Amino acid sequence: MGKPLNIIVCGSLVPDPLQTLEPVETPQGPGLKNEQMLPSVLDPWAACALYEAAALAKARAGSKVTLVALGPKAKLQQLMMTVAQKAPFQLVAVNAPAGGFTDAKATAAALAKAIQAIPGLDLSSTLLFGGCASASRDAGVTLQFVAEALGIGEFFMAVDELKLADDDTFTVLERVEGGQYQSSTCAGFPAAIGWATGSLPEPPNNPQIGMMNMRGVMPALMKAAVADVGVGGISYAKAEVPAAKRDTVVKKDMTADAIAAEIVEWIKQ
Amino acid sequence: MKIAAFNLSGQGSFAQDAPAIAEAVKSSGADIVLLPGTSRVRRAVGAAAMRAGAEVDTNVVDLSIDGEAVTAQRWLYRQRILATFSRAARPWVIVTDPSLFAGICEKVGAAPAALDPAPAASSRTTVNGLVAAAGGGESTIRPDAKLLFVAGAGWTKKQADGATHLDEAAATITGFLAKSGASLGSSKSLVDMPEAAEAFKFMSHMNQVGQTGATPRHAKGLSTCCHGEEPHVVGWRFIGERRAVNLDANCGWAQGKADVLYVADAFEVMKKVNELL
Repeated sequence: MGKPLNIIVCGSLVPDPLQTLEPVETPQGPGLKNEQMLPSVLDPWAACALYEAAALAKARAGSKVTLVALGPKAKLQQLMMTVAQKAPFQLVAVNAPAGGFTDAKATAAALAKAIQAIPGLDLSSTLLFGGCASASRDAGVTLQFVAEALGIGEFFMAVDELKLADDDTFTVLERVEGGQYQSSTCAGFPAAIGWATGSLPEPPNNPQIGMMNMRGVMPALMKAAVADVGVGGISYAKAEVPAAKRDTVVKKDMTADAIAAEIVEWIKQ
Repeated sequence: MKIAAFNLSGQGSFAQDAPAIAEAVKSSGADIVLLPGTSRVRRAVGAAAMRAGAEVDTNVVDLSIDGEAVTAQRWLYRQRILATFSRAARPWVIVTDPSLFAGICEKVGAAPAALDPAPAASSRTTVNGLVAAAGGGESTIRPDAKLLFVAGAGWTKKQADGATHLDEAAATITGFLAKSGASLGSSKSLVDMPEAAEAFKFMSHMNQVGQTGATPRHAKGLSTCCHGEEPHVVGWRFIGERRAVNLDANCGWAQGKADVLYVADAFEVMKKVNELL
């Protein structure tokens, strides 16, 4: 059995995908209408990273998972009510705006600073996890910036599988074009992994884990450092929701034969 | 203003590609550096830009240059909000949607040069090679296909006889893919199902379209047994003509998300379609 793992997961909140988003101008730059009121979820790919981290930590005794989340403190607290029931972790919170319009570089700098401040951080046993992109900015570079700032020189993107051997080597499958994976083997830590969906389902809520996590979550939120994260060097000229509504024709009373004939004709056009 | 464009094909590792891209950005002396958003580029471009002291933006879908002013467009919130923006800092690395790279290069008059990174001097990573994401032989993901065929969770539901027909569903789907040459997409709910993973070995999370999946670009899309919920439909942003077959006349597709919704049993319809094809 290898040494205990220190898995750091970077993940934050995004608007619930079922919500309608409308861009508005704010004094700080573009934002979302009623942004503070929008229900949030843990970023889906970061959530996959968290579940994979929890599974890896469970398989290796003494391992721990730290979730480093950047977002408005009040919304993070709300988010933790559900996320804390999913997997055991320690929270490091950074109080700063999170959203699609903020600059990835500033976000990454704040995350890296928060990680470096984790007491007893030992990179030689660390796996840095995160989503391969966020469902807000969708830049796909934030985790790379964090890894670079921490001096982690092994990076894997859009990973669906990580198999860890007892000698601390691990093999990852990264998504590449054409429905294929690139398989790579890395000889030890540290390494950064940008997760795609992975292979684990969302864990059911576990109130016991939730209560255990919340003992650390509330103090972490209380002492969340404030970070100066904004649009950075980006100058937005326009943010819009292009019209996407179609005039749907609903065909109810056609036979399967007639529908099939129509579909085949449409395909061949 | 100097614009450079680079292409990076084949397979590589982060340790191999990040220094090569950084060096290309620096040595080109360009104000704007264009790269296609392939998996290989995306794995390394963030770190490369940081090393080169450049700004970087990904998923760019359009670029306009007027004198010294450069304006880019990209989607935020997974294809929900389209932002038009610029940056004053240079160099600026712009990673385009892969399918739009050639067009954008042509538009701004940049001829892409091929990058051929040397093997990494020191790295703990060994690239083993490529493996198929799903079993069952031929890949079902065909980015160049004219048609996207999406299978939803309804293919695994009990049918009129009170039983599921997973083998029949698998045969119907693969039969259609073989005859139409379509690319296969899926809803998240289907690829997450353990029973689907067993029965639909030709499908994996790589086929997933939507919020946590792909956003493919096909001229046409046909959805079957899928409700057209918003997290899935955001992945259809760039699909031209859209048709759906679903038993629910009030499903998401009927709410302005498809051009035509056939309220019918997809099992029956797709079997007939296969016969006609």
